[in-house]
Amino acid sequence: MDRRTFIKTMGLGMAGAVGGTVLTPGNSNAEKALEGEVFQGILVDTTRCIGCRRCEKACAEVNYLPVPDISEKANEAIFKMHRQTSEIQYTTTNLYETEKGKFFVVKRCMHCNVPGCRSACLVYAMKKRPTGHVTWDLNCMGCRLCMVSCPYDIPKFEYKSAIPKIQKCNMCYGRFLKGLVPGCVEACPTEALMFGTREGLLGEAKRRIAQNPEKYFNRIYGEYEVGGTSHLYLSAVPFEQLGFRTDLGTEHIPKLSMVYLSAIPFIATITPILMLAIATAVRSGKENHGEKHEEKHEEKGKH
Amino acid sequence: MAGEKLETVAIVKEEAGPNIKNFTDFWSFLKKELKPKGNIATPFNIISVPIIITGLVLIIIRFAFGLGATTNLTQEFPWGVWIGFDVVVGVAFAAGGYVLAFMVYVLGMEKYRPVLRATVLNSFLAYVFYAGAIMLDIGRWWNGVNAFLGREFGVSSVMFIVAWHFLLYMLTLALEVSPVVAEWLGMKRLRKTLGGLTLGAVVFGVMLSIHHQSGLGALFTMAKAKIHPLWYSEFIPILFFVSSVYSGLSLVIFEGAISHKVFGHQISEENHHAYPDILAGLARICAGVMFCSFFLNFFMVHHEGELVLLNTPMGYWFLIEMIGLLLIPCFLFVSGAQRKNIPLIRFAAILSLFGIIINRLNYSFIAYNWYLPSAQKYTPSWMEIMITLTIILIEIWVFRWMVNRMPVIQKAPEWANALEKH
Repeated sequence: MDRRTFIKTMGLGMAGAVGGTVLTPGNSNAEKALEGEVFQGILVDTTRCIGCRRCEKACAEVNYLPVPDISEKANEAIFKMHRQTSEIQYTTTNLYETEKGKFFVVKRCMHCNVPGCRSACLVYAMKKRPTGHVTWDLNCMGCRLCMVSCPYDIPKFEYKSAIPKIQKCNMCYGRFLKGLVPGCVEACPTEALMFGTREGLLGEAKRRIAQNPEKYFNRIYGEYEVGGTSHLYLSAVPFEQLGFRTDLGTEHIPKLSMVYLSAIPFIATITPILMLAIATAVRSGKENHGEKHEEKHEEKGKH
Repeated sequence: MAGEKLETVAIVKEEAGPNIKNFTDFWSFLKKELKPKGNIATPFNIISVPIIITGLVLIIIRFAFGLGATTNLTQEFPWGVWIGFDVVVGVAFAAGGYVLAFMVYVLGMEKYRPVLRATVLNSFLAYVFYAGAIMLDIGRWWNGVNAFLGREFGVSSVMFIVAWHFLLYMLTLALEVSPVVAEWLGMKRLRKTLGGLTLGAVVFGVMLSIHHQSGLGALFTMAKAKIHPLWYSEFIPILFFVSSVYSGLSLVIFEGAISHKVFGHQISEENHHAYPDILAGLARICAGVMFCSFFLNFFMVHHEGELVLLNTPMGYWFLIEMIGLLLIPCFLFVSGAQRKNIPLIRFAAILSLFGIIINRLNYSFIAYNWYLPSAQKYTPSWMEIMITLTIILIEIWVFRWMVNRMPVIQKAPEWANALEKH
């Protein structure tokens, strides 16, 4: 390899190394997200829920979704199923038979402290707002990695639309900015839903457990799950009986891809230089080898 | 497809190449080259044209009415065959481009040079078409540019890394392919400049490939709660990278088998003789990497204390993949290489490619959300498969067009070889 080729090659290799490093994330959003300590949240006390589904109706109304029929007759049929949220229904109430009787559980986006969906998004269309709301924005490309990455299967995609959106509960971010509480909380007749700062709600939940230790199961779902969530649940029975996943661990979801992300800068800087070194060594080795061969041939020729 | 000639070509090679001085020359040369050579009504064309036409109509339907109109995707299974097969398997199959380029340009294994050009071209087209198929699958495709020119960059997203690397690697592969095009056009000075850039492009390309081959695996790392523990590990990126090496080389073997039948008359005498040796070498490398991959998989399963899971239905499925489609082809490669048994090596390559398909689809939708009842499971619709076939067939058409006109398999013109020596 002559000098010019080497310089050219080196230049490209270095450009690669620099490019790779620039394109590499330093860290996840973990620190940033955790800085906003006054996250808002919703405390769901499943022992108070009566299954009236007024939260579902209010949710549909404030989000301009098809309003569900919540008459007693409709409810009877509805509670025979376990419904997931959908692109036209951001919150659902399901009935669970447990060791302590029947309980209703509302489900919607958990608004994780460090959301997987946010880290999954290559354009940050999913955002963790400083107020704790996890919201979706129109610059989304529709790759649906947020759906793959969400441990609760919450982001929903409008498959039937040619201009689809990702739909999910955003804890009524728009209403919050206007000073209003989320639609579901406002509609709840039994204060099973309670809106406030996450810290305040955790305190309230602990107070309730302390005051009624035999009524409550001694754990708050969402306090530590996947690094903590803005939605917190109180229950009378172990959470598995209410259809919750209790195997998710306490580490936040974005941490799972950090092994890969943190390796990128190293690979980007080390491999090009290493490869150029190998290429140069191989070539010079071949050239030397070639020369020796030629010498031998010449010697043979002389004899 | 096997056994028949895609297109019969009479090679009348103008030694000097076309004399292109200005755009008019180029245009008339291109018009001449765009015309089909040889017989049009071959069985391959008769089968592929209706599929392509149907596929194109279905693509229009997909853009007009949304993903739900053509796919069976659900809220539980957001990624089906378009991502799982077209993109994730397609990119793994295209890995031959970087592995062979690394072997020839960096490690100086000149023995493999005869199969390099076809492989790099195949990889380039694979990225254009299969990675390009991502545009079909992303729901809000008009925002696709946001990853590169958007107001916000999701730098902590694995998808961001993958998107940038797809783009950069596609450009790098274009640079690696460009000397072939320059030779076709007879542009000597351009060919000289491009040839000088190749080593840099290869080095850059290998780095990009390590990143995004593993990155495709890293996409699934956040789905820990949903992927069956036998497949899930925080080291999925490493598994994807290692398997991409044998996947790419297996495709080189498989593609070579077809090319030898279809374009056999373009292969020079000396390359014909060198071929069994090349295949045996590739088979040995595949076997080594496959054993490494098997060991890594087994080590992870054992390490995470999941051996008991092997005795479940998903465990049997895992064993089929690990033994039937990884360990067995690995041994077949060894024995094929030992005896220079070309059919055996090709059979092993097919098994190994099949294993890659199963492996990647496991992550996308088979071992993903595996606990859901079968009524909620995803199976691709005929339209998804049709569009996938369309993309593959268009790629083959373009590949065939280029191979029949450019010095990909046939010998490079004398002047280009002379350049290479200096």
